[in-house]
Amino acid sequence: MNWQPLLLTFQLALLTTFILLFISIPLAYWLAYSKSRLKPIIETLVSMPLVLPPTVLGFYFLIAFSPNNAFGNWLKNTLDIQLVFSFSGLVIASILYSLPFMVHPIQSGLAALPSSLKEAAYVMGKSRFTTLWRVLLPNIKPSLLTGIVLAFAHTVGEFGVVLMIGGNIPGETKVAAIAIYDEVEALNYATANFYSAVLFALSFCILLLVYLVNGGYLKRFWK
Amino acid sequence: MIFLNIEKKLHAAHGDMLLDLNLHIQQGQLVTLYGASGAGKTSTLRMLSGLFRPDKGKITVNGEVWFDSTQRINLKPQQRTIGFVFQDYALFPNMTVLQNLEFALNKHGDKNIISELIAMVELGDLQNRKPATLSGGQKQRVALARALVQQPKILLLDEPLSALDANIRSKLQDYLLRIHQRFNLTTLLISHDKAEICKLSDWVFVLDNGQLQQQGTPTDIFIDKKNQQSLQLTGKVVDIVQEKNTYTVSVLIENQVIVVNVSTNNFQNLCIGDKVRVAFEMSNPVLLGKG
Repeated sequence: MNWQPLLLTFQLALLTTFILLFISIPLAYWLAYSKSRLKPIIETLVSMPLVLPPTVLGFYFLIAFSPNNAFGNWLKNTLDIQLVFSFSGLVIASILYSLPFMVHPIQSGLAALPSSLKEAAYVMGKSRFTTLWRVLLPNIKPSLLTGIVLAFAHTVGEFGVVLMIGGNIPGETKVAAIAIYDEVEALNYATANFYSAVLFALSFCILLLVYLVNGGYLKRFWK
Repeated sequence: MIFLNIEKKLHAAHGDMLLDLNLHIQQGQLVTLYGASGAGKTSTLRMLSGLFRPDKGKITVNGEVWFDSTQRINLKPQQRTIGFVFQDYALFPNMTVLQNLEFALNKHGDKNIISELIAMVELGDLQNRKPATLSGGQKQRVALARALVQQPKILLLDEPLSALDANIRSKLQDYLLRIHQRFNLTTLLISHDKAEICKLSDWVFVLDNGQLQQQGTPTDIFIDKKNQQSLQLTGKVVDIVQEKNTYTVSVLIENQVIVVNVSTNNFQNLCIGDKVRVAFEMSNPVLLGKG
């Protein structure tokens, strides 16, 4: 059995989730507390991947990253990076594609905290960063977990964007979702079934874990 | 000495309101802001602490300018040395009682203050508990102790005792007085409870609709000297019996029913359920004992 597409999928999902965590916390913080007039625009942009067909996103990435265009050409000539049909391209596309799944839970977690917590820390002379790190984030752990898991699971499940921008290169861009499609086209139902079953079982376990943790069902075991 | 001269347009539930205050607070005093809700009391505390920006004006504390709209000075809350006790206590749920206090200590702070404060408000047994497991009065004590870890010169309390029952309230008032004296604080308190204000405060500012309506000692404000000889109480009419030219009216005051005879000419539309004021002539009040 060829495990490569599955491994590639989890590599992609892990890396994407990791990078997303660093991007999403400041972004969610800004969205939760800013009174800027730009906020609705940024909020809309962050949420766009929820409603856009993945192929639309993939199509524009393809155009933007293509070495035939100015940006893609500049990337290739100056930085020697090719984002089309490459793993790094997939990571960038996945980050944008899964962004709302990470940002939204963190943003609503922060917004739901009483503002007096933040204010109490400020009055004690604590900086914004210390307040975020020591007071706000520890009190929205369930939201962080939800964000991490949703972003991970959503990246595992992406298909359209990968197909458009990554193609189907074994070991580089052929993730499990693509491999399933490929095997079905070639009438290898047994292999397709193997990949599908693994993805199904894993997604089930991950989501179940979130519900168990956030619902407090596991607490009785370590208390 | 705190000078506070501020203007701020507030968007309240019943329309816009201009908060325009000029308060002078003596060093070492315990001062109460009194007034109906929406009068601007909390906003005043928030502006003094830097959490809320006035539109215009100047705030000076012990000669140091904290806010000055003409010179564009506005110290951040982090730069103002105050302790603030929030109405909802704002204890950090992820930290124990002790950790809440330790978090408040700044890098070069003296750690002994924490044990002293814990002893003062009798939190020794609770120091490893998380806030969620504490009662209202216990949370209040933690919030009070935590506000003082940085040894501020000014303590601000936003209706700290309103959610507690009378017994715990009275005990906390004692803690508050003790702490106020021990740390030589200037304390600003928001309170609706006249008994509490008389017990605690040196000075009262009465706020109404964003304006300072009256100020003075609690006795000046709350004790009506003209009416020393009579006691006025509010009650509810529970029964009316009419006879020719008089009503015999039963009024429920606190838990007692008092029967009053009135002339029908003076009270024509009196109904059961009406709120009425009753005056008692007092020739010789007697204290009956405690509780």
